[in-house]
Amino acid sequence: MGKFILRRLLLLIPILLGLTVIIFLFIRLLPGDPASAILGERATPESLARVREALGLDRPLPEQYWEYVSGLARGDLGSSFLTNRDVVDDFLQRFPATLELTLAAMLFALVLGIPLGMLTAKRRGSWVDNLGTVVSLIGISIPIFFLGLMLKFLFAIYWPILPDSGRIDLIEYLIPRVTNLMTVDALLAGEWGGFIDALRHLVLPGIALGTIPLAIIMRITRASVIDVLNEDYVRTANAKGLHGDVVDRRHVLRNAMLPVVTVIGLQTGLLLGGAILTETIFGWGGVGKWIYDAVLSSDYQVIQSGVLLLALIFVLVNLIVDVSYALLNPRIRYS
Amino acid sequence: MTSAAATVDVVREDKPVGLWADAFRRMRRSPAAIIGGTIVGFFVIVAIFAPFIAPFDPTRGNLADSYLPPSPEHWFGTNIQGQDVFSRIVFGSRLTLGIAVLSVTIGVSVGSFFGALAGYFRGWVDAVIMRAVDIMLSIPGLLLAIGVVTFLGRGVVQIAMAIAIVNIPIFARLLRSSLLGLREADYVVAARSVGVRGPTLLVRHMLPNAIGPLIVQGTLALATAVVDAAALGFLGLGPPDPRTPEWGTMLTDTYRNLNQAIWLAFFPGIAIVVSVLGFNLLGDGMREALDPKLRR
Repeated sequence: MGKFILRRLLLLIPILLGLTVIIFLFIRLLPGDPASAILGERATPESLARVREALGLDRPLPEQYWEYVSGLARGDLGSSFLTNRDVVDDFLQRFPATLELTLAAMLFALVLGIPLGMLTAKRRGSWVDNLGTVVSLIGISIPIFFLGLMLKFLFAIYWPILPDSGRIDLIEYLIPRVTNLMTVDALLAGEWGGFIDALRHLVLPGIALGTIPLAIIMRITRASVIDVLNEDYVRTANAKGLHGDVVDRRHVLRNAMLPVVTVIGLQTGLLLGGAILTETIFGWGGVGKWIYDAVLSSDYQVIQSGVLLLALIFVLVNLIVDVSYALLNPRIRYS
Repeated sequence: MTSAAATVDVVREDKPVGLWADAFRRMRRSPAAIIGGTIVGFFVIVAIFAPFIAPFDPTRGNLADSYLPPSPEHWFGTNIQGQDVFSRIVFGSRLTLGIAVLSVTIGVSVGSFFGALAGYFRGWVDAVIMRAVDIMLSIPGLLLAIGVVTFLGRGVVQIAMAIAIVNIPIFARLLRSSLLGLREADYVVAARSVGVRGPTLLVRHMLPNAIGPLIVQGTLALATAVVDAAALGFLGLGPPDPRTPEWGTMLTDTYRNLNQAIWLAFFPGIAIVVSVLGFNLLGDGMREALDPKLRR
């Protein structure tokens, strides 16, 4: 197992290096010009040239790339062309917001998706099953931004029972930022009201972002449970008189979870992309919105390092998924 | 040789149902494929006959008519410029379907090309292509599409290209894995053993048998393409001319004043959901019809 993890970690190096080359070249070819983004449209050619020189954009591409990668090796991902703030600092400050949102969405998807998938599988062919199939198909087909807008309209504007944007009521609750996970920080500060308020802010964006994974997890769980229910060991377990719940938990669910675990890994990439849309709609200050703004303002350094960091998280999550796959399934041994 | 071919023909005459005819027969019995096909057909008809269906010019508006709620005259209401939302949705179907079909066609063609190279040549060709695929798949799709649109500039073709680029690695990987599975198939081994080599083996014997999953994935990719195109529009990266009716961009008409004119977001959103649902249902139905393992 340790060997397997080590080999997968080593394999990450060429992937990430390739990623730096692709992102670097790609961004240098963008039509936007960071110098004019900084100085505005009415800048003179001389001042534009001066800014380009200061940013090192006038030097040959290989030289720029070498500087970039050697910086990476030292853990220096550069700083924003526009604000001059360190990219890693900016990322670390915003990433907890995206993480909190993603976790809330995934939690919503798992807590509802697995039991619903199990229920529809066990009542295969009944009206519950048919209803579940229709609802999950619609769930897969609803774009995040449309669902987000409708949720916001219904539950924050028409019936204002939930907040429409932000992560916490900033006027009501002054909470020291420790982890930048709003719920955790509120608990650390001993602010129960703040904790509840942070949770309330998570509800709508969490549902908007979590609905597609919910529908997918429900479908996969259903298909996978149906497969397992036909297995000999389930028939044996039932035949020897085990209680239904015990069979479900120990024999059915454990074996049916394998495909679900894979899907959770694959969904992470989608969630990181979907976070851009959700964060835009609900004014959520996370990395999705941050990178999107950087693209619009041609902030090369933020784009290349931000995408690199997100991709790194994505491949790490998939590594964790592969490892837990092996832990869950004793039949798989990576050697 | 001739006699062997004749025998095969005789056997074929006994059982005249080919793979495609069989798949089509199965699809006609699948409710998912029927409903999905009907929805997709509906949108294709709307797109083709848009000028005859839409009661108003989608780009012309009268400021005196701005923000009219749905009424018998304006079924889906009007936007801030007083343009008729129903007409804009009808014409928007052309753009959405066009972008979806174009992007998936490019994605399938380019992706299949690289997938075929990787699956056929193996070795270092395979290694290089698959590492590139891994790298592309490690960037979240929407982020990649946003990057490509900024790189290529805003425009309909550029949006299609951006979505196509997200699709390329998916199709490359899909075709490669199908081809690898087919290498040891009896009929491929048989063809190779009688001296069929190179491109002929690939094009005549392997590709026709690997195309089913591509068609299914292609149909499902149309659904994703509709969503991605609308997402780009929603983020302000849609067609540069604001008069162009695009479903995703139309959603933003109400983005800042949701309480004022919810119909501006509701109807284009429903159009997106229903068309995406159509492609998803059709893709699911096709998968069941084409995949022998799922047949009951």
